[in-house]
Amino acid sequence: MDGVTGKGETGPKFFCFVQGNSKDYLMSGDGGSSRKGASSSEERTLELKLGPPGGEEEFWAIKEYGKSSYFSHVASVQKGINNNMNSGQKFSADPAPKANGSSGSQKRTASPVVGWPPIRSSRRNLSSSRSLKLPPKFPDVVHQDKISLEKPAENKGKGLFVKINMEGVPIGRKVNLKARDSYEKLASSVDQLFRGLLAAQWDSTGIETKQDNEKPISGVLDGSGEYTLVYEDNEGDMILVGDVPWDMFVSTVKRLHVLKSSELSATNW
Amino acid sequence: MNYFPDEVIEHVFDYVTSHQDRNSISLVCKSWYRIERLSRQRVFIGNCYSISPDKVIERFPAIRSLSLKGKPHFADFNLVPYDWGGHVYPWIVAMAKSKVNLEELRLKRMVVSDESLELISSSFANFTSLVLVSCEGFTTNGLKAVAANCSLLRELDLQENEVEDHRSQWLNHFPESSTSLVTLNFSCLKGEINLAALERLVARSPNLKTLRVNRAVTLDSLQKILSWAPQLMDLGVGSFIHDPDSETFYKLKNTIVQCKSIKSLSGFLEVAPYCLPAIYPVCSNLTSLNLSYALGIPASELIKLIRHCKRLQRLWILDCIGDKGLEVVASNCKDLQELRVFPSDPFGAGNTVVTEEGLVAISFGCKKLNSLLYFCHQMTNTALITVANNCPNFVRFRLCILDPTKADPLTQQPLDEGFGAIVQSCKGLKRLSLSGLLTDKVFLYIGMYAEQLEMLSVAFAGNSDKGMIYVLNGCKKLRKLEVRDSPFGDAALLADPGKYETMRSLWMSSCEVTLGACKALARKMPMLNVEIIDDSELTVDEALCGGAPVAVTADGDDKQKVEKMYLYRTLAGPRNDAPEFVCTL
Repeated sequence: MDGVTGKGETGPKFFCFVQGNSKDYLMSGDGGSSRKGASSSEERTLELKLGPPGGEEEFWAIKEYGKSSYFSHVASVQKGINNNMNSGQKFSADPAPKANGSSGSQKRTASPVVGWPPIRSSRRNLSSSRSLKLPPKFPDVVHQDKISLEKPAENKGKGLFVKINMEGVPIGRKVNLKARDSYEKLASSVDQLFRGLLAAQWDSTGIETKQDNEKPISGVLDGSGEYTLVYEDNEGDMILVGDVPWDMFVSTVKRLHVLKSSELSATNW
Repeated sequence: MNYFPDEVIEHVFDYVTSHQDRNSISLVCKSWYRIERLSRQRVFIGNCYSISPDKVIERFPAIRSLSLKGKPHFADFNLVPYDWGGHVYPWIVAMAKSKVNLEELRLKRMVVSDESLELISSSFANFTSLVLVSCEGFTTNGLKAVAANCSLLRELDLQENEVEDHRSQWLNHFPESSTSLVTLNFSCLKGEINLAALERLVARSPNLKTLRVNRAVTLDSLQKILSWAPQLMDLGVGSFIHDPDSETFYKLKNTIVQCKSIKSLSGFLEVAPYCLPAIYPVCSNLTSLNLSYALGIPASELIKLIRHCKRLQRLWILDCIGDKGLEVVASNCKDLQELRVFPSDPFGAGNTVVTEEGLVAISFGCKKLNSLLYFCHQMTNTALITVANNCPNFVRFRLCILDPTKADPLTQQPLDEGFGAIVQSCKGLKRLSLSGLLTDKVFLYIGMYAEQLEMLSVAFAGNSDKGMIYVLNGCKKLRKLEVRDSPFGDAALLADPGKYETMRSLWMSSCEVTLGACKALARKMPMLNVEIIDDSELTVDEALCGGAPVAVTADGDDKQKVEKMYLYRTLAGPRNDAPEFVCTL
């Protein structure tokens, strides 16, 4: 297989990295004396032939040319490169890993290739060995000088699902605290979980309400909204959500309540 | 120069410490060769099979410090079978026999048996320093021997080794008279440790500067240790979980404040994020931070921590810090020189925690960056070009896109241009690892521009033999080339046989190289060992059925592809400790 770039062109293509030059020059590298380059006389050319050094074929010769200042015109050269590669359109950024590799197969995550990714065994097992070992809820270790690391309460595996009830809504939900890593995410989950249900409560005919009757549930963390988020901890106390670091919260929370802000006693504020 | 007596020349040579410089000196003339070799104390052998121990001792009788490397680099990723080799025992035996005054031994990727450790501890009265990196084959019994018998031991540094725990209580075997420790690193050990013995050892080691403990060392033990060793400069934490309201934790916070010399922090092999604030007081002095084993710290906590670390020069971290976290690093850590971002979930389904954006942010903020290891889910040419533009000082640039043939997601193009920009801009680049969708063109660029390149790692890249030929022809300083799963075949292998004598080694696995070509190369180049490694299951089954151990031989069909080939220059000829699945042609 020749050194094709996979675009159906013959011979390798090399780009001239010279300041201000956004055009690309085709240089022929396919041996012999024919040079199909579209080089302008002002540009220095890249002469490349392929073969073992000192062999009977032509040997490798690279002429130096201006290596400077390519980077001062990154954008124009990049466009030039894209044009030359016949893919003038830019695809919108797609962060999901969907590569259209022309060579090699999709290396999906289901069956890892041997030795890939290139990390040591000690790093490989990191997430599998650690997911079961979370820090214990520290009330368990009060008055203990020895640390027992082996009993991480119910925080095993992938989910920590706690009940969450909203005042005025008879049906509760369950929310996975492990899948959220901050209070902000939790607050937006409250909105997601209950917006529809809450709107349904206001519709006395029981018909599913239209979207524009729903309003977002917001301000549950700072007291600014109609509702406020509180939780019940492992000692049975009702506590305002948001005072302690997230992980500490996760380790003590037992269930969540979304209460009407006006119902909370004045002293809580 | 012969006007000066030898002693004077030797004194001058004492100031020349780099291995390469001393090698150059020895080539000047016979007299310098002689003086140099008789006065050389530190010897570095990059491939333990390139020369026999006896020859080394013969040439350098005054040797005091020996550094050896064994297995090829890809052994780190399980590509080299377990028994391939790299045994240090013959070296120890040779040195003991010749009564070498060995003081320091530094080994990387070697097989170290307990016997070797025992022999070291009993043969070298002045032994002070043992550094084992990525080694295996020993147990805590071997450590027991070292602790008990090396009375002058200053440095015991175990980095990422596979050590069997035999509950040897090895720490207890440091005698009470042992007070000379400067470095003690046992973070890789899996087993239990006698905490009281450790505390006593630290208490009687006033020169201790580096202490890296393993997971068995609890937070309250750490507190006691630190109170004995406030002079520590390099601390590796084991377990860092405790009730933050407890008295122990309170004491720890106060103790840490006293440790004003800590410049390097690592470990946190088990950690509760709510305990992290205890280390904030030392963060402002930190130049090195390694949290790459500290799973379970959410990005928000990492970011808070990083904000305190304005003087960081080296940061090893997990990718859960995210692109946003890397932006914080970029704005806070202006002195950053080395960054390594490891995957927290290597086989996960690609929640894109770290992408090209994080790297670009780093490149804008950390202009002194010269060493990078970056695992990510995607990369774009534009990003790489930007990075190359911003950071022309890279000496090591290793990029690993978790999907190894992934194209630029913006353009669906190969990443040839991006890497091309890197090699063109970073004129001092010595080490490069490629990934992503790559054609022969990237190798053309590498051959053209990477003039200082010494080590190149290639996986799933290239279209044809031309790729490898570009590199072999162009990179004059190439020392190590390792290739896997790339379509380079016989033409590439045989393009320039003489080149391999200028290199330390070449590894090719799952490529297109045939047995016949390997044989041809071996015939042509007697100073190379061309090893064929065949550890396939099929071979083992055949062996069991056939009743005889299957040795990989040169008798196979010349046209068959070779699964794994490792060649290296050597003065020692084919090695005599090769296992059955290795055949030296």
